[in-house]
Amino acid sequence: MAMNKYPELSATHMDALREISNIGMGNALTSLAQLVNRRINMNVPVATFMPFEETISRVGGPEELVSCVSVRMSGEVPGLVLFLFNSESTLRLVDMLMGLELGTTSELDEIGQSAVMEVGNVLSGAFVGALYSLTSLEMRSAVPLFAYDMLGAILTSLMVASGRVEEQVLVIETSLFQEQAEANIKGHFFMLTEPGSIAKLFNALGF
Amino acid sequence: MELAVKDIAEIQVGIADYKIAREPVKLITLGLGSCVGVSLYDPVTKLGGLLHVMLPDSTQFNNVNKPAKFADLGIPLIVKEMQSKGASINRLQAKLVGGAQMFSGLDDKMTLNIGHRNADKSRDMLKKMGIRILVEEVGGNRGRTMILDTQTGQVTIRTLGNKLQVI
Repeated sequence: MAMNKYPELSATHMDALREISNIGMGNALTSLAQLVNRRINMNVPVATFMPFEETISRVGGPEELVSCVSVRMSGEVPGLVLFLFNSESTLRLVDMLMGLELGTTSELDEIGQSAVMEVGNVLSGAFVGALYSLTSLEMRSAVPLFAYDMLGAILTSLMVASGRVEEQVLVIETSLFQEQAEANIKGHFFMLTEPGSIAKLFNALGF
Repeated sequence: MELAVKDIAEIQVGIADYKIAREPVKLITLGLGSCVGVSLYDPVTKLGGLLHVMLPDSTQFNNVNKPAKFADLGIPLIVKEMQSKGASINRLQAKLVGGAQMFSGLDDKMTLNIGHRNADKSRDMLKKMGIRILVEEVGGNRGRTMILDTQTGQVTIRTLGNKLQVI
């Protein structure tokens, strides 16, 4: 059966999801901006259902080198929050965090890895925090997991590990950018969750 | 028609999918993480098959609409189709690639063990069907791209930042 498993989601619901992620991501970006001491913008988040394979092509080619910080959420809204940065942006993030001149870092060593992991940790913490203050639902986030490798390998492994292998997944997606092109950070954010969690979010928000 | 080496067609195998081709075509699957790539090759008919397995066991799921996703269903499926195209089961040579553990950090053991379980189940299924496994390149923590050359049966593995490896 190739039908959408979430027929109960109306346009209003999708708008609500987008609003939730707008607030959550706005909060996360404020934290990131403080961390790297720069202004960071994001595109308006999009909430869509898509085949999980499609999440890969949203970001790049399956063999593209990316860094990924993922945080498992448990509690009333179980799911997975993940941040992906392409390799160029990953190295720029390290420079920014370490206060180095942009272009200094050319390889991701262990210190660099923990710096990027910290970014992911801050972002996801802020996102989950915003969700919590909006809904008062009980939410816990686990220790972040980090990988720096092929995009396809990372995303499929994550989805399998989180049990998100049904045909369609709910994806809330946005990308981050900076105004100065040479300091651009290209990142993608995904939140993967399940129908039950979405229903709870709507209830808590009065939809 | 003579084909120059670089003109040889490459067929891409998607996630939870399989493809079968005769020489000189190359079969390629990109970015195997915890997934396992199973290549099968009949050296006499020069028929090759490549399967991209995501999960070991379909019996744990209610809704199985893509058998190639699972080792327990995908392997019999590709073998059967290769047989119908002239491959012989006792000539088939299997190679396994992938099954990595992509993430460092603590998490639920069961789910993160999936690469290992994918490789185990694939091995079991092949053994059960009497198919020889020539070589394996599984485990570790790197993503891999796998390419089967149907002219030779050789499998080339690509990882980021490393040289190509031929098995």
